[in-house]
Amino acid sequence: MNRLALTSTPWIKNLLTSRWPQFIVRTITLAGFLLTILAGLFGSRVGSHNFAIIFVWIAWWSLLKLVFIPAGGRSWCSICPIPMPGEWLQNGGLLGPGGRPLGLGKRWPRKLNNTWLQSAVFLGMGIFSAVILTQPRISGWALLGLFIAAITLSLVFERRSFCRYLCPIGGFTGLYAQLSPVEIRAVDPVVCAGHTEKTCYTGSAQGYGCPWGNFPAALSQDSNCGLCMECLRTCPHDNLAFNLRPYGSEISAKTPLKLDETFLALVMLGSALVYTAVYMGSWGWLKNAAYHVGTLPWLAYALAFLAITLVVVPGLFFGAVWLGKKMSAAREPLKKLAGLYGSGLLPLGMATWVAFTVSFAFAKISYILPVLSDPFGWGWDLFGTASTNLSLVDLWLSPIAQVGVLAGGLLWSSRLVMRLARDRRQALPVLAFALAHAAGMMWLLVG
Amino acid sequence: MRKELIAAILLIGLVLGVALAPVIGRRLVRTDVIEIHARTPENGGWSTMNLEAKVGEPLHLRLTSDDVVHGFALGQTNEPMLEILPGEFVETSLTFDRPGTYTFYCTRWCGVNHWRMRGTIQVSGPEGTPEKSAAPLYVRLGLDLDVAHPEFEAPGLRPSVSRGRALGIEIPEQFAAPAYLREHSPLDLFGELKGLPLGEQLTDQQVWDLVALAWAATVTPQELADGRELYAENCAACHGESGKGDGVMADNLAPDGSDSGMDDHSLPTALAGSPPDDSFGHSITAPSDFTDYQMMLAHNSAALQGKILRGGMGTGMPYWGSIFTEEQTWELVGVLWGFVMEE
Repeated sequence: MNRLALTSTPWIKNLLTSRWPQFIVRTITLAGFLLTILAGLFGSRVGSHNFAIIFVWIAWWSLLKLVFIPAGGRSWCSICPIPMPGEWLQNGGLLGPGGRPLGLGKRWPRKLNNTWLQSAVFLGMGIFSAVILTQPRISGWALLGLFIAAITLSLVFERRSFCRYLCPIGGFTGLYAQLSPVEIRAVDPVVCAGHTEKTCYTGSAQGYGCPWGNFPAALSQDSNCGLCMECLRTCPHDNLAFNLRPYGSEISAKTPLKLDETFLALVMLGSALVYTAVYMGSWGWLKNAAYHVGTLPWLAYALAFLAITLVVVPGLFFGAVWLGKKMSAAREPLKKLAGLYGSGLLPLGMATWVAFTVSFAFAKISYILPVLSDPFGWGWDLFGTASTNLSLVDLWLSPIAQVGVLAGGLLWSSRLVMRLARDRRQALPVLAFALAHAAGMMWLLVG
Repeated sequence: MRKELIAAILLIGLVLGVALAPVIGRRLVRTDVIEIHARTPENGGWSTMNLEAKVGEPLHLRLTSDDVVHGFALGQTNEPMLEILPGEFVETSLTFDRPGTYTFYCTRWCGVNHWRMRGTIQVSGPEGTPEKSAAPLYVRLGLDLDVAHPEFEAPGLRPSVSRGRALGIEIPEQFAAPAYLREHSPLDLFGELKGLPLGEQLTDQQVWDLVALAWAATVTPQELADGRELYAENCAACHGESGKGDGVMADNLAPDGSDSGMDDHSLPTALAGSPPDDSFGHSITAPSDFTDYQMMLAHNSAALQGKILRGGMGTGMPYWGSIFTEEQTWELVGVLWGFVMEE
């Protein structure tokens, strides 16, 4: 099966299932998150001197896109501070079952049991992104808003509803997690079948039922697994393992994306194009339009952004799939084929965001040490790094890395699409779509 | 339960520590230092616009910018200008030896309303008395700075000092006196010279060249050099390097489709068309064109200085009386004449 069960190594298993390491990391990230909100709301108004802007939109975003997602799928979700207080309240404790749970514990509405809301929140934040990413006050309020929403939802709905259905980051993280080299899977399905209590879902004295609402014993996709390790704790038969696996091994013709996921994947491709044009392009008028929220140019920008992400890119993709269907006379419905090829485009989507992130991560990394010493931009020098100008990576490497990553993503997606296609002619228009997207990104980034 | 307690203590400790950090940090800041944030006027200008100080006691300031690059300087003093970079802090200490009201201002063109970034420092103390400056010349002469002037036949060529000198004619003493040249316009002198016998033998252009020769004596090369520096720093953004009113900020000041509003040849109070406003509800108008003979040659130096001191009164032209010393205003007047008279 090409899997390496990391939990078969005792110290790794102990590290993953013990509550203290995870709790300490979560507490630290929570403290960092609170510092971020405070810095955003009360610190310097100058983004380059404010912890909220530099740590969230440069350091954390770069780590998420360059490390957490490619190397660990939803690994960030396991230590994300945003849902933590809500989850602790929901559980009535910090370190495991035994406390008095708080909240209504309602089920999430069935009609919203998809990623449409996540797409909407991502796009909603996208049209305000120029001010959220640069103005500490607005960034602070936006993060505080997410924090309050997460706590509120935890008190109303069961499990991590916010993470699964609303978090704007969670949507695409889940999509790209399907490519990741880690997974939690049942070791022997027969053992699970014979286990009547299903404690991995219902919980036990050792741990909570899956906070993400999965049935871990039957898990076959990583998109909604938050790698919280609760199921490893609750399984009395030690029948769940944390595995290393080959990249992209989860993608198959048997697990096409659903329509909402396909749309989210396309929204991510379209958003990357718009963000790259706005933030990396040389069009001052476009930056101005994106920045001046409430003005007529901004309205035009917002409408164009929504049109590109919701109409143009999805339209081109569905058109390509339709053309492929016609060329091959396939019998599968268009929706199914779109889901199939949508999953094939995930590597290109991830590569697109990695390339976009590289474009500013290399250049802005030098801002990180100064704001560590002076998080509020008040002229402090806590660790003596306030005046450092550390540049770890030569900037000339950036375009080379971007082209390399995009080319790699295109190649990977192309191979995947060809593998998923029942008929090679069917795949050609989708390959053309992928090529056009990659070429567009390259032109915007290094052209 | 014990583990839960330890975890709760750890969590609360970290969260409280973070929450208290800014409060404690704020308290550690020196209390004798006044922190001033600079923002473009549209975003609030100086965070503190009125300061107080005592004679002989240093006033410690800590300056930072919340948006773009600003500058800090104290009017009518020799204090060096400070550059204020976004997010960076710069400190300065000012000590005053005389009571009075001092103006501090932004020295960098931070936006269309840059000139509004001014504040005052009220200095009190027993030692000395506020220096009383004499009324400016235009006040003493009773000039109306906003009066329109009749049209006249402008010179065909830019009046030239060198051509005037080449005529080899000595300008009568009463017209070469500094007081006369400050209180009279080039047009006045042109009329006087034309009325003399020598004027009858010269063409109009030659008389204008003689006028330029007379005006060249009103400013020394050093004063002109200093004046040009002041002009570049303070005036060129609106009036342009060449004085044509085409500085980088001019587009933001001109009413759409209007000219500079100089049709009636008064100094630039007159407006043409509907004036735009400056985000503060005040009307503004396009900057003056100092190369316009009709506007410039009918005015005297006292009026030009008065305009600099007083400002444009409703045109967007700031008042500089509290910023420039009297010597500096005369240096600037010398620069302005250079736009209609050439060496």
